[in-house]
Amino acid sequence: MKKVIMGNHSLSYGAMLSRAQVISAYPITPQTQVVELLSEMCANNVLDAKFIKVESEHSAMASCIGASLAGARTFTATSAQGLALMHELLHWASGGRMPVVMGNINRAMAPGWSIWTDQNDSLSQRDTGWIQIYCSSNQEVLDTVIQAFKVSEKIMIPSMVVLDAFVLSHTYEVVDIPDQEKVDAYLPPFKPEFTLTPDDPHAFGGLTSPEHYFELRYMLQKDMEKVPALIQETAKEFEEMFGRYPGLVEAYRCEDADVTLVTSGTVGYTARVAVDMLREEGIKAGNLRIKVFRPFPFEIIRKILGEARKVAVVDRNISYGHHGIFYEEVKSAIYGFTKDIPIFGFIAGLGGRDITPEDLKGIAHYALKKDRPEEEIVWIGVKK
Amino acid sequence: MIEIRFHGRGGQGTVVASKILADAIAKEGKYVQAYPEFGVERRGAPVFAFLRIDDKPIYDKSRIYAPDHVIVVDPTLIEAIDVTEGLKEGGWIIVNSDKNPEQLKFPQKFNVATINATHIAVKHKLGTMAAPIVNTAIVGAVVKVLKLGNIESVLEAVKEGVPAKSEENAAAAKEAYEKA
Repeated sequence: MKKVIMGNHSLSYGAMLSRAQVISAYPITPQTQVVELLSEMCANNVLDAKFIKVESEHSAMASCIGASLAGARTFTATSAQGLALMHELLHWASGGRMPVVMGNINRAMAPGWSIWTDQNDSLSQRDTGWIQIYCSSNQEVLDTVIQAFKVSEKIMIPSMVVLDAFVLSHTYEVVDIPDQEKVDAYLPPFKPEFTLTPDDPHAFGGLTSPEHYFELRYMLQKDMEKVPALIQETAKEFEEMFGRYPGLVEAYRCEDADVTLVTSGTVGYTARVAVDMLREEGIKAGNLRIKVFRPFPFEIIRKILGEARKVAVVDRNISYGHHGIFYEEVKSAIYGFTKDIPIFGFIAGLGGRDITPEDLKGIAHYALKKDRPEEEIVWIGVKK
Repeated sequence: MIEIRFHGRGGQGTVVASKILADAIAKEGKYVQAYPEFGVERRGAPVFAFLRIDDKPIYDKSRIYAPDHVIVVDPTLIEAIDVTEGLKEGGWIIVNSDKNPEQLKFPQKFNVATINATHIAVKHKLGTMAAPIVNTAIVGAVVKVLKLGNIESVLEAVKEGVPAKSEENAAAAKEAYEKA
């Protein structure tokens, strides 16, 4: 059924169709309409789930962890400062191998107080051991939630489905909402190997001596390394059932490109428009949209960028004292694996400043004009 | 691609109007993208809403700066702000007003249409003269003037999207469609 819905509600419908059993959330700013609709669905018996309203995001994640341990399929959503408050528990969820799925609306971190988009909130949680997937359309948000449950429950690692504030979260688009029966066929019920139950007592997350801790982390990394293949496999299954392929990256007109943009989030879609405009001007441009950021899809990125002539990475985030974070990651992924390719790093759109096709065209032109990067960061649209 | 900007005041249902219009057009099999002004809304302050319409998927996620058409839900805004900012030549300005298009004195390069949505809303008992709920009447008029679809899609979208006074809202949309 096709419906015009906002990105926040794409997350809600994704959780509903996935038959989430426990939803725990803090209901006030920076929360969005995601859990508002889910609480209605629970109250109206559209969704047979326990809705737990808590006093903070820290407690939201804590109750998700408890519910997941008890064997429930668990969902929550947050944003910005709320995600930061969860930080400690993000480690608990991944370290304890609990396949919670969470929606995060990418909002800039305060101060200055902001409700507008950039990626520093979720990228600050890069090393917490969560799968991170950055979406570009409301359809992709809904599809990705369903797929994320499948991936997370198979590999027992939690997933964060990320979308830009306002540009997706409050923007209405046409979304094909799949039939429940088809989603049920794609996503079987959650049946963990071990659960927290009085009938069969186990201790979880106890003291772990140097004798064992290292191996737990080794196993988490080894399983993370399996995730790209798992995402491709589940994407293929998804495509067979629903006609859409929720993959690792999206390469658009990259084959013969003289300049390849690397983008993420909604910028990854606006960049397609810029690429088409550049091609009409006779400039061979391409766009590689990175959708899955953790685990970093090394293999496919090396394959696509290995053929590139010049690469221009656009970051809506910054690691202060370093570079844009996707820029760092792309450079480290291809260094030593491909021929020497000039890679340029751009920072644009922090705190929700708009990123237009014209901005992206300017970025491509800049990279084409220079032989090598001359600045650590090229700033787009900043008032200096 | 068609890009439309809505002007209203906080509390008048301007964002809802853009959403109902998006629903109606999506029913015709087109792609739509509707978004409010990104920020916080205050009752009575000028607000904006935006709508893109296309036959193919819409990838541009940047904001609309040069709309093809503008819709003015509250006529007092014409005095307060420049509702034609960035508007393309030949574009329509559709105003909720009891005046004739000529009386509004917009530059010749734009097309102007007026619809007395306030009168239609009050007649169908949607709000009061002081605070009329005009969004469904506006949508009916816009669909007619811009030839965006048929009235059946609008009525369906109104009935689905407006749970309160569904019949009255549908009747207002229909009357505005016929009068525009």
